[in-house]
Amino acid sequence: MTKKDQLVNILRQNARMSNEQLAAMLDISAAEVAEIIKELEESGMIIGYTAIINEEEYDRNSVSAFIEVRVSPEVNCGYDDVAAVIAQYPEVAAVYLMSGGYDLAVTVKGTNLRDVALFVSDRLAPLNGVLSTTTHFILRRYKEKDKMFIKNTDERTLVSP
Amino acid sequence: MDYEKVLSNKVQQLQFSGIRKFFDIAASIKDVISLSVGEPDFNTPWAIRKEAIRTLEKGKTTYTANAGLMELRTAITDYIKSRTGLEYDGAHQVLVTVGGSEAIDIAVRAIVDTGDEVLIPQPSFVCYAPIVTLANGVPVIIETTAENGFIITPDEILKHITPKTKAIILPYPNNPTGAVMRRRDLEKLADVLRNTDIMVISDEIYAELTYGDERHVSIAQMEGMQERTILINGFSKAFSMTGWRLGFAAGPEPVITQMLKIHQYSIMCSPTMSQYAAVRALTDCEKDIETMRNEYDMRRRYIVKGLRDLGLECFEPEGAFYVFPSIKTTGLSSQEFCERLIQEKKVAVVPGDAFGESGEGFIRISYAYSLDHIKTALNRMEEFLKELGK
Repeated sequence: MTKKDQLVNILRQNARMSNEQLAAMLDISAAEVAEIIKELEESGMIIGYTAIINEEEYDRNSVSAFIEVRVSPEVNCGYDDVAAVIAQYPEVAAVYLMSGGYDLAVTVKGTNLRDVALFVSDRLAPLNGVLSTTTHFILRRYKEKDKMFIKNTDERTLVSP
Repeated sequence: MDYEKVLSNKVQQLQFSGIRKFFDIAASIKDVISLSVGEPDFNTPWAIRKEAIRTLEKGKTTYTANAGLMELRTAITDYIKSRTGLEYDGAHQVLVTVGGSEAIDIAVRAIVDTGDEVLIPQPSFVCYAPIVTLANGVPVIIETTAENGFIITPDEILKHITPKTKAIILPYPNNPTGAVMRRRDLEKLADVLRNTDIMVISDEIYAELTYGDERHVSIAQMEGMQERTILINGFSKAFSMTGWRLGFAAGPEPVITQMLKIHQYSIMCSPTMSQYAAVRALTDCEKDIETMRNEYDMRRRYIVKGLRDLGLECFEPEGAFYVFPSIKTTGLSSQEFCERLIQEKKVAVVPGDAFGESGEGFIRISYAYSLDHIKTALNRMEEFLKELGK
């Protein structure tokens, strides 16, 4: 594995380490770490850093939904135009083009159930090109971005030789 | 019933290890963050687990040959050869044991008569001296120091050799210090040992977890040393198979034959499912070992830097998954440090003196934990040290 691959792997686990700390782990200099990160950011390989929030715990009323969207593709641009329109809404957390029985997978987050329902009925469904939507509400989060929401139980004894 | 009279004096006088005492303290406190385990945090690679399941499905649950499945012994000799270039005859020079621990035990028992001396470097894993004592031998402790990189030097060996010296334990890569003995160090030891009748019991259980460009080297690779070395390794650490209880010994036929005798009477054979799974481990899991080693290596660098940033003097460990920082600057003993750390910040680390008197002034920290876990523990240690300094 190259230093770049190793660095990306660490950042996937934890993006909040200092360059000095990363440098120690990779056995390179902090300046080299900064250089690789800059390169990754400028080439669009790293597009940002965010926290993974346990949303439903953080705000008991908040609701997220996973929506299957069927779309009629347009000449020239296929699904991209519709996807771009959907992606710009602040309620939308993620948009993916999918293989299989539907076309776009859209994750939506609202401060309450009604928010999400209204978003689907008033904004998403009437969009040009959208044929149908199927909304699935997220009931519980177990794992996101490699991180477990459920407490990992360590079966090992606390202290062993 | 007067149990004291019934029970063997030798056994009663044996102390429980300092680790057990500390385990009791840790177990009595809620929500402890532990950096104290001596086993990997990775699951056994799936291919290995699947092989064991398949073995059970096929109903292969009988005893195996005493020395272990021939198929496994062959895989072991191939494995040793690929790592060290050493050749062993799987039929007569290899014995599959219940963990590396059993191999150490029967190696000592095969060699030691009453009053015979066995050289044991410390700090080291807790079992060596008790095993020698139980075999009616005399443990002769060689204290290693941080200044010497916790390795054993020819001078120290010469100083402790007597006509009664039968064997020396060579526990590298070392638990708890993380020290390794490189080829140049082993050459020097071999120069001293080559012309003696002292057997080397080389506990290489952490061999795969050697970091840096130079891979692990066994003392058996030194000229004239294969015939005086019992090479011990196992599956617990490298393959993350602690609970499977499987290890092995490779050595000169006359020694292995006697060890086999003890093994045959006390154990019969190692667990059959584990043995089949181990064949798979040796033939199919190179990648898994490497992934785990890389992950440990990264954590190692992270934690060493973290501890040094906290102001603790920290010897650079090059093997196993432990760091052994000095806590002498705090003015506390190892025991005091660890007890206060767990009481005040709920972080469990092991006092260095649990691994021998020369471990006093140090603590053992395991990095067989996720980075997030290690980070949290280091933060708490930082608070602890700050409060101590006030």
